[in-house]
Amino acid sequence: MSEPAITASAHADAHGIEHPGYGTFVKVWLALVVLTGLLVLMSHFGQSYAVWGLLILTPIKASLVFYFFMHLRYEGPLLKTIVLVSLGTLLIFFALLFSDVAFR
Amino acid sequence: MSDATHAHDAVHRDDFGARLGMWLFLVTEIVLFGGLFIAYAYMRATYPAEFHHAGAELNATLGVTNTVVLLTSSLTVVLSLVAIQRGDKVKTMAFLSTTLVLGVTFLVIKSFEWATKFHHGLYPNAPHLATLPHGEQVFFGLYFTMTGLHGLHVIAGLSVLAYMLVKVAREEIRQDQYVLLENGGLYWHLVDVIWIFLLPLFYLAA
Repeated sequence: MSEPAITASAHADAHGIEHPGYGTFVKVWLALVVLTGLLVLMSHFGQSYAVWGLLILTPIKASLVFYFFMHLRYEGPLLKTIVLVSLGTLLIFFALLFSDVAFR
Repeated sequence: MSDATHAHDAVHRDDFGARLGMWLFLVTEIVLFGGLFIAYAYMRATYPAEFHHAGAELNATLGVTNTVVLLTSSLTVVLSLVAIQRGDKVKTMAFLSTTLVLGVTFLVIKSFEWATKFHHGLYPNAPHLATLPHGEQVFFGLYFTMTGLHGLHVIAGLSVLAYMLVKVAREEIRQDQYVLLENGGLYWHLVDVIWIFLLPLFYLAA
């Protein structure tokens, strides 16, 4: 995490120079397809496996799309923070709701 | 690439600002669908058996197929961006067109799926639906709301990307000026992310 500031300014200044190639994204796509297959496989072993697949694999898939396809990896700290704060807010809402539901 | 080499671009340009604005919009979309995901989680916790039973009605094969279709369309969008960064207009247009075809494929599969549900008397406010247990009515309510809202996003995303295709053809989007395509792609990826969550929620883990 020592490079974001440099990356941010480099991105702003030299936008269009140091970009990833086709190969990177094809690999990410392959990973996404494999993870989807894994998710389907897990759901065949029963309900609880399916739920664990949902809770673990789905966030990984979403992160891959955010990080690579949506270029968050190549963005500065501001955009990353905005996304993390909004996802964190959602998590807090989830936690609040279930802390309420669980203790009724 | 300094501004001096592009004197005709004298108008102030702020690509980072454009992406920042797009991300702020995407955050509102995340919260919009997030609210629905929270509703789903609560209702599922309340009616586990009904959700399981109603989820069995859905065609998982179609759901998984549509997932692969959308993931691939996301790939082709990001590849079109690589192509425009390299100044390859033909490839950019080819990748974007592929995305459009895949997006339409998604909608066609989705409409077949919905049509089957309608035939089985499963649609909002249907008489048959009213005879089902309350938890199953809630399940199908959420199913139609969330996949419907997602479908509208797919249609919106396709319209945006079709417009981008025209802009690439007119060279209004080109190697030194492609933030519009970047933002259009961001929207499409978000639509993909939402579907990544909808698949296990409705088709696999219910």
